[in-house]
Amino acid sequence: MKILIKNGRVIDPANNIDDIRDILIESTRIARIGKGLNNGADKTIDAAGKIVMPGFVDMHVHLREPGREDKETVATGTQAALRGGITTMLAMPNTIPTIDSEESARLIASIVRDTARSRVLICGAITKGRMGKVLADMARLKKEGVIAVSDDGSSVDSSDILLKAMKKAREQKMLVICHCEDKAMSAGGVMNLGANSTRLGLRGISNESEYKRIQRDIMLAQKAKCSVHIAHVSCAESIEIIAKARKKGVTLTCETAPHYFSLTEEAVFDYDTNKKMNPPLRTARDRDAVRRGLVDGVIDVIASDHAPHTVAEKEIEFDRAEFGVTGLETELGVAATHLVHTGLLSWSELVRKMALNPAKILGIDKGTLGVNKDADIIIVDPEAGWIVNAADFASKSKNSCFLNERLKGKVVKTLYRGMVAYNAD
Amino acid sequence: MAEPAVWTKKDLLGLEYLSAEEIKFILDTADSFKEVTTREIKKVPALRGKTVVNLFYEPSTRTRISFELAAKRLSADVINIAAETSSIKKGETLIDTGRNIEALKADIIVMRHNYSGSANMLARHLNMSVVNAGDGWHEHPTQALLDIFTLREKLGNIEGREVTIVGDIAHSRVARSNIWGLTKLGVRVTVCAPKMLIPVGIEAMGVSVSNNIDEALKDADAVNVLRMQFERDEQGAFPKQMEYFKKFGITEERLRKAKPELIVMHPGPINRGIEMSSEVADCPQSVILDQVTNGIAVRMAALFLVSQARDIKNENPH
Repeated sequence: MKILIKNGRVIDPANNIDDIRDILIESTRIARIGKGLNNGADKTIDAAGKIVMPGFVDMHVHLREPGREDKETVATGTQAALRGGITTMLAMPNTIPTIDSEESARLIASIVRDTARSRVLICGAITKGRMGKVLADMARLKKEGVIAVSDDGSSVDSSDILLKAMKKAREQKMLVICHCEDKAMSAGGVMNLGANSTRLGLRGISNESEYKRIQRDIMLAQKAKCSVHIAHVSCAESIEIIAKARKKGVTLTCETAPHYFSLTEEAVFDYDTNKKMNPPLRTARDRDAVRRGLVDGVIDVIASDHAPHTVAEKEIEFDRAEFGVTGLETELGVAATHLVHTGLLSWSELVRKMALNPAKILGIDKGTLGVNKDADIIIVDPEAGWIVNAADFASKSKNSCFLNERLKGKVVKTLYRGMVAYNAD
Repeated sequence: MAEPAVWTKKDLLGLEYLSAEEIKFILDTADSFKEVTTREIKKVPALRGKTVVNLFYEPSTRTRISFELAAKRLSADVINIAAETSSIKKGETLIDTGRNIEALKADIIVMRHNYSGSANMLARHLNMSVVNAGDGWHEHPTQALLDIFTLREKLGNIEGREVTIVGDIAHSRVARSNIWGLTKLGVRVTVCAPKMLIPVGIEAMGVSVSNNIDEALKDADAVNVLRMQFERDEQGAFPKQMEYFKKFGITEERLRKAKPELIVMHPGPINRGIEMSSEVADCPQSVILDQVTNGIAVRMAALFLVSQARDIKNENPH
């Protein structure tokens, strides 16, 4: 099977391309990229007026399987990913069981092999059961194909254990992803701490509970000479701290999620639990700092932190509702609307944040459109307006914080390994 | 009786969501209902054929009884649901409970809940009226309305007056609702408490903050003394009871240094000898029992007005 994508604006920052090109796909791979290609393809896709880019790499996704298939499965989560233009994702280990052993790593790998509709890479846990007490066996996890470790959802409270983990990870050449939160400071909190949590009568989560822990984790990473990646950065101080550490030469990367550059704590004023996540939506000052961080390059990656939850876990009292929002199917639209159409980032810069940079950080050969690479390609209509509708989601869960929002920029086709795996038309 | 057609809100969730005019309108409506409560037969047919459900997730005696009496004096049928005795304990969600009550064709839910924002959430999911009888630390609008009603009764025009609220501001829905209501009506509000009990950013609600009760009382026309809920102090953030009384308790000695006509209020139940001395609780300046009486008139007004809003909506479906 040969597919020719014609007349599209091809954006591939790894190769400095932002121009009208054609792409010829043979079987699962890219055969040629050039102008005026016409080699008797079996199928031609006219991408005139559209942008053709490498499939996105979302390095922060909760697939919930095994254990909570009522929220999401590998099948539904990867289908949701294709709708959002994500062809490769890193699945977080907070499943039941936790991905902290050979057995559990094999279990998730077999589910992925049998049911995934797009590429799923596995993140293992740093500690057994993500309890922060006993290290998971990273060597064995690595043998089972696990490429990074994180206790996501929790921070490893013991500096001693985290330092040991970082040293092990360095030996194994595995990336450590840090969820930075001092729960001693944030416990019981459900929204950003400040005048508004006071007004709403809700317990707050301070910026401090995030950035103090980032400070500590950076210090440990330096000691261990291990490369770390900071997950879901949400506040101004965190970005300052990361920028300073980088200047001093610490190998350090970080991500933010679409809600942190598009929304503020004002979104929870009506106690809408679809706006409840951890870290919480912060102030306009923090949102603006996140935007600046993306523009300055301090923030390398946009990742969804896709966290599906059932209606029964969300449509309840704000204090009792689970933290987390879905994001796979909206991240491109939200980023296009709030970053590209506002002039903060070019499309090329966005492709870096959502495809190239996460691929580099994870050490995988993705996020670019070179000849002979897997044909993971998305076609985006940059001007298409759409309204986020829960009924359209492929995800099992509907807890998006962008429901009923009007977005501009939409994935129209996703090709995964040379096949049209999602087609909006 | 006040003209009903003006009221447009099906719910009473908090004073934050009302304009000064709307607050005054409820108070004016309560004025006319107060007259009813002085009659030989204390009953009007305003809510005849309507059903009011008191849905209480937190134990409450005075607020529930006050709402129950208010509804009965409006000739409504009243059902009381306490969390302990209902399906709530079996794990039914709040929204499902609300939908079931709606399916029973009740007209108004009066809800007390321990989590902030619960009334907002319930109201969003139901077509029937929801009256917030206290949600977590968030709001207790009818308590603030009866406090303000009582102040108006004693002071006449309250604009430009000064009210000090003393006690556990951080965890108090009564404080928050009073702050909204009073500031909207042009009253200057000072909150006074030990530092640990002043929540971050409270100044943004338009109040002054003091940690010294004598200073906070100096220019006050009224002091609203909150109950110290020592039984809920999980983290040991509260000072010891005697220490609190010494530093913040309202005593006759402190009253002597304040304006002679200072009004003393308390939402009840009082801890005598902790928030205020027994002598102060019973002194001529104390309006604590007037507050209780006025609570019925204010709640009659609240129930009546939200039911009117509902009728207007039903009559004009387009």
